[in-house]
Amino acid sequence: MKEYDVIIIGGGITGAGTARDCAMRGLKTLLVERHDFTAGATGRNHGLLHSGARYAVTDQESAEECIRENMILRKIARHCVEETDGLFITLPEDDLAFQSTFIDSCQRAGIRAEAIDPAEAIMLEPSVNRSLTGAVRVPDGAVDPFRLTIANIYDAQLHGAEVLTYHEVTSILKEGDTVVGVEVCDAHTKEKKQIRSRLVINAGGIWGHHIASLAGANVNMFPAKGALLIFGHRVNNMVINRCRKPADADILVPGDTICLIGTTSSRLPYDQIDDMKVTPEEVDVLLREGAKLAPELAQTRILRAYAGVRPLVAADNDPSGRSISRGIVCLDHETRDGIPGFITITGGKLMTYRLMAEWATDLACKKLGLDKKCQTADICLPGSEDETSSDKSSGKRERRSGLGAKAARGRHGSRSVNINVADKRDESLVCECEGVSVAEVNYAIETLNAKNIINLRRRTRLGMGTCQGELCACRASGLLAKANGCARKSVEDLASFMNERWKGMFPVAWGDTLAEAQFTSWIYEGVCGLDAFEKKEE
Amino acid sequence: MKFDTIIIGGGLSGLTAGIELSRKGQKCLIVSSGQSALHFFSGSFELCSLADDPYEAIAGLGDGHPYSKIGLENLKELARGVKPFFKEVGISMKGVKDANHWRITPLGAFKRAWLTMDEYATLPSDGKAPWKKVAILNVDGFLDFHTSYLASGLSEIGVESVIRSISMPELEHLRKNPTEMRSTNIAKTLTGDIIGVLAARINEYAKDVDAVFMPAVVGLTGCSDVVRLREKVDRPLHFIATLPPSVPGIRLQLMLKRHFQKLGGTYMLGDSVTGGLFEDGRLKSITTENHGDVRFEADNFILASGSFFSKGLVSDIDGVREPVFGLDVDSIDERPQWYRRNMFEAQPYMSFGISTDNDFRAKKDGLPVQNLYGAGAVLSGFNAMKEGSGAGVSILTALHVASLLNKQ
Repeated sequence: MKEYDVIIIGGGITGAGTARDCAMRGLKTLLVERHDFTAGATGRNHGLLHSGARYAVTDQESAEECIRENMILRKIARHCVEETDGLFITLPEDDLAFQSTFIDSCQRAGIRAEAIDPAEAIMLEPSVNRSLTGAVRVPDGAVDPFRLTIANIYDAQLHGAEVLTYHEVTSILKEGDTVVGVEVCDAHTKEKKQIRSRLVINAGGIWGHHIASLAGANVNMFPAKGALLIFGHRVNNMVINRCRKPADADILVPGDTICLIGTTSSRLPYDQIDDMKVTPEEVDVLLREGAKLAPELAQTRILRAYAGVRPLVAADNDPSGRSISRGIVCLDHETRDGIPGFITITGGKLMTYRLMAEWATDLACKKLGLDKKCQTADICLPGSEDETSSDKSSGKRERRSGLGAKAARGRHGSRSVNINVADKRDESLVCECEGVSVAEVNYAIETLNAKNIINLRRRTRLGMGTCQGELCACRASGLLAKANGCARKSVEDLASFMNERWKGMFPVAWGDTLAEAQFTSWIYEGVCGLDAFEKKEE
Repeated sequence: MKFDTIIIGGGLSGLTAGIELSRKGQKCLIVSSGQSALHFFSGSFELCSLADDPYEAIAGLGDGHPYSKIGLENLKELARGVKPFFKEVGISMKGVKDANHWRITPLGAFKRAWLTMDEYATLPSDGKAPWKKVAILNVDGFLDFHTSYLASGLSEIGVESVIRSISMPELEHLRKNPTEMRSTNIAKTLTGDIIGVLAARINEYAKDVDAVFMPAVVGLTGCSDVVRLREKVDRPLHFIATLPPSVPGIRLQLMLKRHFQKLGGTYMLGDSVTGGLFEDGRLKSITTENHGDVRFEADNFILASGSFFSKGLVSDIDGVREPVFGLDVDSIDERPQWYRRNMFEAQPYMSFGISTDNDFRAKKDGLPVQNLYGAGAVLSGFNAMKEGSGAGVSILTALHVASLLNKQ
């Protein structure tokens, strides 16, 4: 049986980053994920490239980590980042005196923060609430968590790592107290198999609580739910925050063609983490507070509502969870629990994923007796390489022009040259809102492990624009059917995709969104009879 | 300007009412914003799809349902007239009066239907396919039609299929722009002399099969191309609906409009009603966007403005409104109750609509407006999706209201 040096559990940004780091240091690496990459908290947040300013007053350590990683990501993940800058605005109801505390704290953490005149803020960001009494400019930005994760996975694979999506870890294999591998279950075939490794790294986010328990360790995690709303167009070009202590719905982030307001924050029972609902009260808070940042939001169509769950880790001596850390938690279960071969990496945030991966990989290397330095902060992700370099994969020149090619270039960076356009048919657009061509869909299927529509959405932004996949979902489904050769499976996938889409839409289904939902039902259920392909819960 | 009847809405319901009134000599005006559910027409009219016998299913519907207001016997009488009505417009439809048949959907599912355009593929009530082997054709690079789904659906009822793709030099210009290979553009190309070329190409693939299926991408402005193509193809040629826009739906709307105009009706396209003048419980006149202060007066008015998608109903975070006249609406106050979490369950919002009395007179502030009638999807009390009653309600409420007005 093949044995790996390390098996990483979890296909979120932490797992992806750890797989990349491990593979770059020469470890024989396997990543297993029970659904798709980015299916958990990674795909359910603001996509904010934090400057760290938000944490500066309350948590200097997090703020310092953020700004360091912020600068690193601008370099290594250029094609995933938009350098928009951000504003922290003071509104008449806020205490303007907080501003100087805020700026001092930012500067102490190494974050560039300059107070600007409200009139200048309005000039820089015309959508901002014009009644603002103060503004601070900081190096916030936007980062596409899907693109970032996929680029990490792709690079891990280029360095020899293997990945298994739709494989859930059902038990942790042990010999005595020592962890020696995992048992996984294939979500499609329901087949189970055992895979051996010298180390297992638990990067399961909130689900890591359960994974740790499979190994016989207790990691005390508390699920914190954060709800967000996506708006139908890009209202703001800079990130807009409130200059006050962090509260609900006080960050508005632009991202590609849309913008996002969030988040709320509430504790959630662990048994609900797989079935989160956005409540009408949360929608109301998000809308009310969001309109204070940019009044135009009150008249902007809301595309969907969703919620993510962050893993808050309680200190080991505090089972009640009152003393919560938002920082990175890297646990060596050998020293902590007497379970050799098992590491948990959790806590942290999207912004610090690379650092989390570095810590986990450092620990893994130490255990395996390998002396290799981390290079992930210096070597660019695929897609962000310097195009003048002689890197083989970016040696090709971009030949295409047009909307699809331009959009693909934004999404895949220098790697977009690998999107194979044989003739005009391949340039035909599947998703018109986001400019996703037939060729890009096929590239995602062949190169980026896309197996269904939701995978394609995360790889290409297909269906993420204004119409949220109205017709392109069906078009993409046809291409998937062609690629995987199973019509029945693809059409069932289409039914579950449309149903998931509805779950994000109905909490905000009024106005144009309700009209769109009705249109969707008329097409998919009325004309197409998609309801016949709904897979009933087992 | 004075009319006998003014109809607000130029979709299936509004046009049906307009034609029926004009046939009896009324002077009618239709104001249409241009949007219509016909743009995603399936090729079939459904009357009620809850059972094989539509009338048996209708008899079981509740009191508030538009069909119940028409009354079963009256409804049967009106339904008998539907096929001849569309024949007169120039659309031939198949189907028998009191038994549903099956239409084949673009995803290869089978749905009950009452009347279906002649050129579409259908199965009889018993669901037995009349073919052993068919050819499924698609236009090369057309993404809104999935041959493999159709083939998979047909194989489940024991029909073997071969899939072929058709390229023609005449269609190549649609590849220049990456968004142009869509149904209506294909239909604009596949017309006139090219029909003969297309038929010859189809015949190459039609040799060893019992029938040929293709996406409904011929006949945007009339039936002649469709008829000619079917004559020239050696095997029975059947259409299957595509994703929107629906070529046959656009054709149907155009033909209804032309017929209405031929009968003397006035059709104002791209205009919308801005409000009305009410006096003594009656609607006196309306004004429109394009005509400013001009008052359009009529003895009677029909509101056939459709549901949410057509903007006959609008909603905001606080509730549902009828936007033209502020008519009473049957809906639910608490927004979370508008929906079910599973998209495929019956969604309560689908049954929202204007409140009407038993003669379909719309209510305003609790009282019926004496000369303002509702027809079609704007009405409350039915779920077109779950009952399979959308076209039936649109057509039959329009015919019913028209007959009430023709008697006046």
